[in-house]
Amino acid sequence: MKKLLLGNEALAQGAIDAGLSGVYAYPGTPSTEITEYIQRSKLAKELTIHSQWSVNEKTAMESALGMSYAGKRAMAVMKHVGLNVAADVFMNMSVSGINGGLVVVVADDPSMHSSQNEQDSRFYGKFAMVPMLEPSNQQEAYDITKYAFDLSEKYSLPVLLRMVTRLSHSRAGVNVGNSIKQNNIHLPKNATQFSLIPMYARNRYNYLVNIQSDILENSENSYFNEFIKGPNTSLGIIASGIAYNYLMENFESGKCPYPILKISQYPIPKKPIKKLFNTCKKILVLEDGYPFIEEAISDFLGENRNVIGRLSGAIPRVGELNPDNIANALGFDIVIDENLPKVVSGRPPELCVGCGHRDLFDAINKLKTETESQQVFGDIGCYALGALPPYNSIDALIEMGASITMAKGAADAGIHPSIAIIGDSTFTHSGMTGLLNAVIEKTPITVIISDNSAIAMTGAQDSSASGRLIDICRGLGVEENHLKVITPLHKNLDQNIDLIREELNYNGVSVIISQRPCVQLPKEKKDKLKKIKNVSLN
Amino acid sequence: MKTNILLAGVGGQGILTIAAILDTAALASNLHLKQSEVHGMSQRGGAVQSHVRISDTKIYSDLIPQGKADMIISVEPMELLRYLPFLKKDGYLITDSNPFLNITDYPELEELYTEIKSYPNHILIDAKKIAKDLGNSKATNIVLLGAASSIIPLSEESLKQAIKTLFQRKGDRIVTKNIDAFNKGKEIATETVS
Repeated sequence: MKKLLLGNEALAQGAIDAGLSGVYAYPGTPSTEITEYIQRSKLAKELTIHSQWSVNEKTAMESALGMSYAGKRAMAVMKHVGLNVAADVFMNMSVSGINGGLVVVVADDPSMHSSQNEQDSRFYGKFAMVPMLEPSNQQEAYDITKYAFDLSEKYSLPVLLRMVTRLSHSRAGVNVGNSIKQNNIHLPKNATQFSLIPMYARNRYNYLVNIQSDILENSENSYFNEFIKGPNTSLGIIASGIAYNYLMENFESGKCPYPILKISQYPIPKKPIKKLFNTCKKILVLEDGYPFIEEAISDFLGENRNVIGRLSGAIPRVGELNPDNIANALGFDIVIDENLPKVVSGRPPELCVGCGHRDLFDAINKLKTETESQQVFGDIGCYALGALPPYNSIDALIEMGASITMAKGAADAGIHPSIAIIGDSTFTHSGMTGLLNAVIEKTPITVIISDNSAIAMTGAQDSSASGRLIDICRGLGVEENHLKVITPLHKNLDQNIDLIREELNYNGVSVIISQRPCVQLPKEKKDKLKKIKNVSLN
Repeated sequence: MKTNILLAGVGGQGILTIAAILDTAALASNLHLKQSEVHGMSQRGGAVQSHVRISDTKIYSDLIPQGKADMIISVEPMELLRYLPFLKKDGYLITDSNPFLNITDYPELEELYTEIKSYPNHILIDAKKIAKDLGNSKATNIVLLGAASSIIPLSEESLKQAIKTLFQRKGDRIVTKNIDAFNKGKEIATETVS
């Protein structure tokens, strides 16, 4: 049966059909729709596949590992920077190995459409020494996900499945096959495998290292790595993942005259690369993200061999691939036109009309005029848009949770007032520990939790913080007198400014919860929220 | 046959609905299709686009190469021009004439219209008013789809069937209103072009 699916949805359907028992994830563009698809799937519901959002990527991956420990197939899903958060468990579970198949899906964002960097997850896969897969189109996203679970169980290792924005968010017709039954619970044969104390970890690490030649051989013989012959051997092309599509787009007949090695499984398959190398005068490497393959093969093939790609400048070093920059690299006579008529102005994203963050930034900006040294540390979420005009309210924002801890460091350095602005979901994702740190040291910072009761930037998913913020802050030791709630509305502006000013002057930890639901929340969710809304402080 | 359609607008204006109609119609017509879209941060009041590619043979790239778009359909006049490097020499420009004003340096409308009119194949209509007159101002995007329909390589029946499929859960009244919007768009475009 052919279904119309986004790359992300094809992957999710592949996982359901592979006998998935649970998906664990924190939303993040471009990965979000994978979990959302499973949440909406009737079949997934009938099969009671677990699909609720996790608090962050680390808890997601650890839960997936727990499900795998119990013998069932599990999937952890995140965006590229989410893998940094989960890197601890990721690096260690490659050593422990898995029991039920475990697939870690990471969606990279070349060109930074919705992210703070372009990091390439394939480096993590290599770092952890696990097999990796990278589909090139929607159909492959479906097929390769089913294959990924088998591969994971074959080697008792987690498998990294890398997506990129363009494939995640592009739709096509996909042939969907049959689904297999979920695994029954079965505990690991050798329980010590999962206890990474040094004496057991050494055994497992030996296994991981010793099996590398096997997983390389598997990759070299993989159905997903294809050597396609071509008559013109003046050039050989290595195209990984989606790069293959942009390459083929340049040949209207559907036939490329040059030999191609299409790569969708890693470790980087050495044998076919050597074959390409022995056949062709020059090698062009096409890969979305970092020059991962290019760098590796430039080394092992030696200097006198001509390898071109992102490192050599044949393809721009930054940004995603497209048919045009590949046409350039192929030497086709095209001019990439970046000129627009003068009448066209930029239109950057902005906060929604009626958004509560707007009223909060109005208050902060008013207060900014009162002190010179005041610094505002922002965080990742919709309110990151407060760094742009017309607000320009945020001085720094780096990654999830950094607002509170950076504000703390700046306060330690002597900056006062030092303000952190963090969203409700980001606070539970990775802000709570930093707040505890500040409470213990009585650091003079003001933390404003901009609580819109949703993970708004990715589509208003449920926030783990809803109805719990006051209790969490109390529990972390924030003083009752310096734990305040405001409603960011224009009519409350003066009152809110007064309250925030008062807390800015306090020489210790203050938390202000600025509370108003996201305007994008559907009505039924708003009604549900009313029931669990934070009780007043009394 | 390969047709490349670039859809443009501002987040929330309904270009993904146009895309979904084209996708559904193409799949029902047993054609190959690829359609890329924008999610996440850029959707918040920023410029958004979707590349729709329909063909009777295999389509490789999810993105339209520069200079290969057969048409750009936009729900806003300035956003139409943002993607000009993608337009074929004799490609079509189809847009609503009403600006989406959420930036301070929005250009003079007349300048935009002059630029659009300098392209021989253009359809510049007040789709918003047409939709409003039909009692459904939300259907501006469908009016534009109707206006573009005669140059889209999908049958009118398949497009209308896709509209029915996609709006069915909102009730018959909404389906009818959108079909009306489609028809009116088509009618007006025929008058404008001929």
